[in-house]
Amino acid sequence: MATGDDAARGTAVLAIGSSDDVVRVRQEVRSRAVAAGLGIVDQTKIVTAASELARNTLIHGGGGTVRVESVSQGVRRGVRLTFEDHGPGIPDINQALKDGFTTGGGLGLGLGGSKRLSNEFEIDSAPGRGTRVTIARWK
Amino acid sequence: MDRIPILKLGDALLVTIQVDMHDRLAAALEEDLTERIAATGAKGVLIDISSLGIVDSFIGRMLDTVAAVSRMLGADTVVVGMRPAVAITLVELGLELKGVRTALNVERGMALIGRWLEDGDGDERDGPAAGDANDGDGG
Ligand SMILES: Nc1ncnc2c1ncn2[C@@H]1O[C@H](COP(=O)(O)OP(=O)(O)OP(=O)(O)O)[C@@H](O)[C@H]1O
Ligand SMILES: [Mg+2]
Repeated sequence: MATGDDAARGTAVLAIGSSDDVVRVRQEVRSRAVAAGLGIVDQTKIVTAASELARNTLIHGGGGTVRVESVSQGVRRGVRLTFEDHGPGIPDINQALKDGFTTGGGLGLGLGGSKRLSNEFEIDSAPGRGTRVTIARWK
Repeated sequence: MDRIPILKLGDALLVTIQVDMHDRLAAALEEDLTERIAATGAKGVLIDISSLGIVDSFIGRMLDTVAAVSRMLGADTVVVGMRPAVAITLVELGLELKGVRTALNVERGMALIGRWLEDGDGDERDGPAAGDANDGDGG
């Protein structure tokens, strides 16, 4: 991989409107994670978390976007992802984070699981306004 | 539309998942596989996931469903080739694939199926339901 292209790699915003988009999000996150120097386990964790959150954006949020950022803090490098939709929102975030809670016939693992798979996790949601979830994984 | 090829290997069917799974492909695989089990009378199903860079809750649920449906049609399923990083991530995600028997690679998976077939011709085979599942509950 080329060096010194942090600025060029900067930020990308991807649409999430179909299950093919979920695959594209996984691919973009994988290549960012590789570029940030994350090991194979950390790569797998952030790509899996991204897949869960992209699917939530698609299915529960009615579609939206993800902002993919290559980030650095001193010598540390990482990947930050911000999923955003203008869907129905989540009335009770603590409940939604509990393993096994689902309103859609899923396993109810995606939200809590993606929190466990990330170094940083932030969620902001309100009924009628939509949902924004930000995660990061650092080397 | 893409399809995942299904090969017949003696009394077993071998499915090698080589592409990044998207939702339609997963659904097609469920259908194709159950049709092939019914048509061939296969007693075992081997699903090779060594090319999969991640398994998220969607793919995990698909594997569980395939195993359950196959069992009802008289075939036991072994998922083989899971990458170590994928296994680590799955456990952290909270998805332990309790209904699915796993083996390290195709050879060991085939050996397992061979043993099941030897242990009981007829309806008393010692399949994955007989004591190999992990205990505990994911909720
Ligand atoms: N972007 C979103 N917009 C609205 N509701 C959401 C959103 N993301 C999650 N939720 C709510 O939180 C619940 C829990 O989400 P989580 O991802 O943990 O489980 P799931 O999507 O239902 O099932 P799984 O991800 O295991 O297939 C969802 O059922 C849904 O009600
Ligand atoms: Mg989900």
